[in-house]
This record gives sequence, structure tokens and C-alpha cells, in this order.
Amino acid sequence: MLSLLRHARYVMSENPVTGLAFALFAVFLLAAILGPLIAPYDPLQSNAAMALKPPSAAHWFGTDQLGRDIFSRVLVATRLDLTIAFASVVLAFLLGALSGVAAGYFGGWTDRVVGRLADTIMAFPLFVLAMGIVAALGNKVINIVIATAIINFPLYARVARAEANVRREAGFVEAARLSGNGEARVVLGHVLPNIMPIMMVQMSLTMGYAILNAAGLSFIGLGVRPPDAEWGIMVAEGANFIQSGEWWIALFPGATLMLAVFCFNLLGDGLRDIIDPRKRT
Amino acid sequence: MTAIPALAVEDLSVEFRTRSGTVKVLDHVGFHVGKGETVALVGESGSGKSVTAFAVMGILDPAGRVTSGSAMFGGSDLLTLSERDLAEQRGRELSMIFQNPRTALNPIRRVGQQIADVLVQHGGATRNDAPQAAVEMLKKVRIPDPERRAEAYPFELSGGMCQRIMIAIALACRPALLIADEPTTGLDVTTQAVIMDLIGELAHEAGMATIFITHDLALAAEYCDRIVVMHAGHVVESAPSHALFTQPRHPYSARLLAATPGETATLADLASIPGSLPDLRRPDLPACRYSGRCDRKVDDCVRPLPQRVVGDRHIVACWNPL
Amino acid sequence: MLKILLARLATAIPSIVGVVVVTFMLTRLLPGDPAAYFAGLSASPQAIAEVRAKLGLDKSLPEQFVAYIGDLLSGNLGNSLSTGQPVVTEIATRLPASAELTLFALILAVGIAIPLGVLAAVKQGTWIDHLCRIVTTAGVSLPVFFTGLLFAYLFYYVLQWAPAPSGRLDVFLSPPPHVTGFYLIDSLLAGDFEAFRGALGQLALPAISMAIFSLAPLARMTRGSMLSVLGSDFIRTARASGLAPRTVIFSYAFRNAVLPVITTLGMVFSFLLGANVLIETVFAWPGIGLYAVNALITSDYAPVQGFVLTMAVLYVALNLVIDLLYGLVDPRVRLES
Repeated sequence: MLSLLRHARYVMSENPVTGLAFALFAVFLLAAILGPLIAPYDPLQSNAAMALKPPSAAHWFGTDQLGRDIFSRVLVATRLDLTIAFASVVLAFLLGALSGVAAGYFGGWTDRVVGRLADTIMAFPLFVLAMGIVAALGNKVINIVIATAIINFPLYARVARAEANVRREAGFVEAARLSGNGEARVVLGHVLPNIMPIMMVQMSLTMGYAILNAAGLSFIGLGVRPPDAEWGIMVAEGANFIQSGEWWIALFPGATLMLAVFCFNLLGDGLRDIIDPRKRT
Repeated sequence: MTAIPALAVEDLSVEFRTRSGTVKVLDHVGFHVGKGETVALVGESGSGKSVTAFAVMGILDPAGRVTSGSAMFGGSDLLTLSERDLAEQRGRELSMIFQNPRTALNPIRRVGQQIADVLVQHGGATRNDAPQAAVEMLKKVRIPDPERRAEAYPFELSGGMCQRIMIAIALACRPALLIADEPTTGLDVTTQAVIMDLIGELAHEAGMATIFITHDLALAAEYCDRIVVMHAGHVVESAPSHALFTQPRHPYSARLLAATPGETATLADLASIPGSLPDLRRPDLPACRYSGRCDRKVDDCVRPLPQRVVGDRHIVACWNPL
Repeated sequence: MLKILLARLATAIPSIVGVVVVTFMLTRLLPGDPAAYFAGLSASPQAIAEVRAKLGLDKSLPEQFVAYIGDLLSGNLGNSLSTGQPVVTEIATRLPASAELTLFALILAVGIAIPLGVLAAVKQGTWIDHLCRIVTTAGVSLPVFFTGLLFAYLFYYVLQWAPAPSGRLDVFLSPPPHVTGFYLIDSLLAGDFEAFRGALGQLALPAISMAIFSLAPLARMTRGSMLSVLGSDFIRTARASGLAPRTVIFSYAFRNAVLPVITTLGMVFSFLLGANVLIETVFAWPGIGLYAVNALITSDYAPVQGFVLTMAVLYVALNLVIDLLYGLVDPRVRLES
């Protein structure tokens, strides 16, 4: 553990951008946890008199068409966006890693079924499939999580399968088997924990994509409904006012969205450098 | 010999910059290759044989730097030539063939086309004549059914055939010097002999000088006029093959011979060389890099290496030769 | 050669089967009563019952599946609730718009990304290399709808270089006679340069927004692949043979390096087809993406499903083309099988 931390510090000194990404991640995490508490205004409070005001000292990000403070809304939206993304990533991991490990470890029918499932999902353009799933399951936030998880499933399954395949004949797995553990125990208790670091890199890398996906879906009206504050839907609302020059309504949520995705991508790259530098591009 | 050698390497030093420090791969390496002569460059893995060739050809890895020395060839110092002038020489006046012939050829280009490319590049043929000239080269390296084979891709050919293609590419423009870097590693024994014979014949026919890089001392002795022994970036001994085999003067050469399977040796007779190569990243490398594993070490061995002439064209870099 | 074509086509069949099954599941396994979805939000119980009978939703699932396949084969994708028109005709009319946009964006992206990646690899450490790295790192994070909006604001509202994002052609111009459905091609064929310029102007912003989005993975893959190939044995042989740098880089290195890039195109298309929907929404581009989004807003389900199916089939076909392209460049795939 100590050597891992030392290695982490080495990576961060080599690449200060990774350190920056970690710092940014901390900021977002704080915003998600404390958002509603520290927001200067009530994100849902409309104030017709203050509608469409540009950024000022009173309203850092300006106000939208209903007079709501955009800064508060962006801040509070952090919680929703990160939760949606995190939930989908965790779900994708659970579904994908478990099936992938099973496929790589047991081979045979399990492998074929999981492979066929992953291939079928990959036969669709992923965002389009997500649209179809949310349309079919109903226009609710939980379905965004499910749809995003489904479209990320093949990636996790593939990585987990490859890693499990490699470890199938490894020493520690043999040892676990020989000491009388049942197959399920070996897979869950030994193989799965061993591939966790690589899976964590995967999860961090897909967080960025999951945020983009959720925002994209809500941009076209799926999932999050007004008056909820979410980055994608705020950009959609702001889009109507771009042509008349009120740029701040769409810009601030969009820029925050970009920053969050950027942060998670850098984080994923940094984690990968720490955990498995050979995979660097 | 007072004739001008085909290649004269003097005082060549090369270092590599790596994450863990600067590696002094070659240290004042020097040897000559006479016109039409066949010289072997032998040594363990890591002795710097291939790096010497790469430095002469100017195809060192970007992390490598020539820090001193010269390589006189055709009246100019290869190490000071511009990239463009050097490229003109490469493939035309001096050529190189490599080990692992399969990976050394472009996998998605027909072999005949690859030979034609070199011919067209150096003006050995026009674009129209090149395909036919390529087929002629295939005939020269004794590839059966050359017209059909010219249309093949490397993955369709055996290792031995790929090596012949490489030889064809290297010899297409009739160079004055051929460097063969472990050309038979990875080939089966019969093919090895065939390839070595082929190179020998073509060299003799064209009066071409050849440098054979190999770790196989027996192979070197059988096909080469002279042998240059390298150890850890130093040339430790250079002698006519027969002289080296009957009377090696450097302790390392003697050990190498003892480790070489011959007709009468059994496995028990073969002795491995004790110790290992020194870490070339150390800033405090001794003057003689073999002294750490040598059983004939004397006080003088901390002084810079001498170049002792101990016979006809027989030079040894040792203070206490056999 | 024909045999290889047929073999490749055969590999697409499981994908098509999967697509059909999944889209069927999406239409029938809706929570609640599928008939209610298709009848519309304001339908009376009687209307719903009628729809149920008409669409055969009262039959067993296997029977429904067979009927579904029959419908697909006869080109029946249902009718749109809002317009009453057959979905398949509405999609067919709007498809060229989406296709033109996506193809134009792809050509732009490839035209920039590949030279950028090659130059970055050949001239490592120079400003081009750093630019490439910035593009690839930043490009992956850009939300395509936001970039599109920013561009619309910057280039239309602020700088007034671009025309209003109001569709494929300015209101005052009339579209060229229909040959391919691609305005750029059709206007050139008809010699109508004003229409060509107009169409190009309208196409520019949305296409550039989409292109920027797909630049990143392409440039990254090109650079990585090129770097890897440049360090390989056969490049060393090529250099040792004195081949000119241009020959080494293009005839030898690039052709080998482009192989993984072609494979990446599959993933890029997946992104592009998704980005298509978002960009059409931002720029009011009259393609199938906007069609589907509007249908979603009005809870009109048949168009949405028709859209998903069409996009999926398109994607399978595109992947097939990519496979064939790969086989064209790499003889090992052609001959070893």
C-alpha cells in the first residue's frame, strides 16, 4: 500500500495535470455533497423581476428565464449529475464485471452467451440505443441510469473477461482452488478482487462518458424534467436564448459539464498510469 | 595490409540515454574490414555488436548518441554525413540484413515490390524495369519460381525464403559492404547453412566485404576470414579465424571458445563463463570491463586498455594475455 | 473475392438478428400497456382497444414477433400519431439530410485527424505533437451539443459569419432537383452554384461541431499507431535500404498504421450517429434525429422505434463497409482466410 502511494506521488510529480485532476475531483465531490447547503439562492425559486439578467456580483452566473440563480442551479446540479453517472457506472460494473469474469473464467456457454449479449448491444450506435431504452422504459431518471449502464456493459464485460482469462491459470487462483474453495468462491473472492484496480481505472474513464451520456439524454428531453436542475437540461433551456444573445444561461452549465468530464478523463488516465503504466498511449 | 580497407571504424563510442541513467554501450571500439574480406563480430548478447552496426549505418535508436569516433567508408566518415547523404549510401554502397526476416519485411507489400522499391530509389532500374529486375534478383538468391514468388506477401513465405528476400533487397544495388546482423538466428540448421553459403558465394562473386554479427563462434570460424571479439562494448581481440581458434590470447575469447559446442565436446565439457556483464550505467566503470569476471587480473588492469599486436593481424586488448 | 464478400455479409446476419430482437423487445416489453403507448396519451379506452386489435397486441409474444418480422420485411414501421403518415416514408424523406451531415462531418474529421496524427508521430515533441495531444485530450471531453451551441453563438450571433441555423437551405433558396438527396451533390449536378454555396454554408457549423467531436479518437489512434509502426523492424529495414523518407512514411509506415485506425472508425461511427441526434436538435436540421426527438417529446412511439431500427441497420451496414475496407488494405485478412 505504501509503495502504491509512493508510486502515486511519483506519477503526480511527473505529471502535474494528474494532481490537478485529483484536486478538481475533490472540488466536484464537495459541490455534490454540500451543494444544496451552500447555494446562495434556492435553485427552484423563480423571480420574474430578475429574469434574464447577465452575470453580476449578486448573481455570479446570471439568471435564467424564470429569474432563478444559475450559479445555485449549476452547483446543485452537480449532485444529480454525479449521482446519475456514478450509479450507472456502478451498475455497469456489477453487470459487466460479473458476467465478464464468469465468461473469462468458465469459458464455454457462459462465454458465448455473454459474448452474444455484448455483441448485440454493440450492434447499435450506443446513444441511439440509450434513447430507445429510455423511451421504452419510461421517461424517468432511474431509466437513464439503466440505459447508460446497459450501453457501458459490453466494455466492462470485455475487460473483465480478458483479465479473468489471464488469471485463470495464475498461481494464486490455483492455490485458492486447491485449498477447497468452490468455483463461485474462487471467482468472487479471489479473481474479482484481483482485477479491481483495472476495473477502477475503467470506471473512472467511463464516468466522464456516463456524465456526457446523461446530459445528452436530458438535453433532448429524456429523464430529468423541469424544474429539476441538471447540466444537460439547463443547456437545453439556455439553447433557446442563444440566438437572442443571452449566452450565460447555456454557457455556465455547459462549461461545468465540460470541466467535470475533463476532470474524470484525466483522473482515469492518471489512475491508469499509477496502476498499470504499460497501457499508456 | 596497406590496402585501403572497405570500412575503418576507429575509436567509436556510443551512449544511450535511458530513464535509469546513461548507458555507455560502446567504448572506443575500432576494427577494419578489408575489401572483399569477411569479418565476424562476435560476443554475448549485450556486448554491443548490433549497436556498432546500427551506429555505422546511422540507424541508431533516437535515444542513442555517438560521442566519439569515426567510420571511414568510401572516402568519407559515415558518422559525420548528413542524413540525406547517408541515405544515399545506405542500400546502395552499404547494406544491412537483420535477424527475424519475417518481421523485417513490410507485411502488407509484395516482396517483389519491396525489392523494386530499393532499385528505383537508388537508380538501379526505372519504374518500368524494376519488376523484372526484382525477379532477376530473386533468381540470384536462388528462389524457385521467382515470377510467382515476387507477387507473394511475406506471411506466405517461410523464414528461409524471407531471409533470401532480405538478401535480395540488400544486394540489389551491388553494395561494397554488407552487414549481416545474426542472419541465421531463428532458422533451422539446414537453412542456416544454405543462407550462409548463399551470402558467401554472392559476396565472393561481387568482391563485396561482409561483416557477420553473431554470437555463434563456430559459425563465425567456418565462414569468416577474421574474427573480432567484443565484450561489454569493447573490442577485446581481433585475429584471423584460424589463429583465434587455435591460439586465443584474450581470457574472454578463450572462455567463449570453451563454451562453443564443437565436434568432440560433450555437454559436460562445455563451460559457461562465470560472472555477468557489468552494469553499463555505472559512472565508475573500470578500464577493462572484463576484469570483474577475469581470473587473470593483475594490477595493470586498471590502466586504459592497450592494443597489443601478438601475431599476424592479431591484436589483443589485454595487459595479461594468454 | 465474391466469396469473401459473401462471408463478410454472413457475419452481419447475427447482428441484424440481434437488432431485430432488441427493437422488438423495446416495442413490446414496455412497462404498462403497449397499446396505450401506441394509441397516444389522450386516447379513450375504446381507442386503445381498437389499437390493440389492429396492431395484434392481444396475440401471444411469439405470434407478435412473427408478425413484427413480417411487418419489417414489407416495410411497415407503423404510423406516426402526430402526422398519421407511415413512419417508413417519413424516415426515407429525412434520411438524406442526416446522411449528408454525418458523411460531411466524417470526411472533415478524417481529413484533419489523420494528417494531424501522422505529423504528430513523425515530428514528435514539436508543436504539432503538442497540438495533437491537446486535441485528443480535450476532444474527448467536449459535450457535442454544447460545442454546437457555442459555435452557433460565436459564428452566427457574434461574428455573423455563418447563416442562421434554420435547416439545410436558406428560406429564400430552393433545393436542387432530387437525384441523391444530398444537396451538395445535387446542386453541383444541376449546375446551381448559388444553391451549392447556400447548402455548404448551412452545413458548415453543424458538420464542424460533429467533426470536432470525432477528431479526438481518430487523431489519438493515428498518432499511436504511427508511432508504434515507426518503431517496427520493417521500417528499420526500409531506412537501412536508404529509401526516401517520404516512401518510408507513406508507402511503408502509413499503410500499416492505418489499419487500427480503420478499426477505430467503427467506434467513431457509433459516436457520430449519436452526435447526429444532438446536433440536429441544436441546429434544427431536418434529419431523422430531429424527427425522433420531436416524436419523443410528443410521446409518439412508432417513429422512435423506426428511428432506432433504421440507425441500427445503418450502423451494421457501415461496420460491414469498414470490414471490407480493412480487407482491401490488409492482404493478410484476405488471403489467410
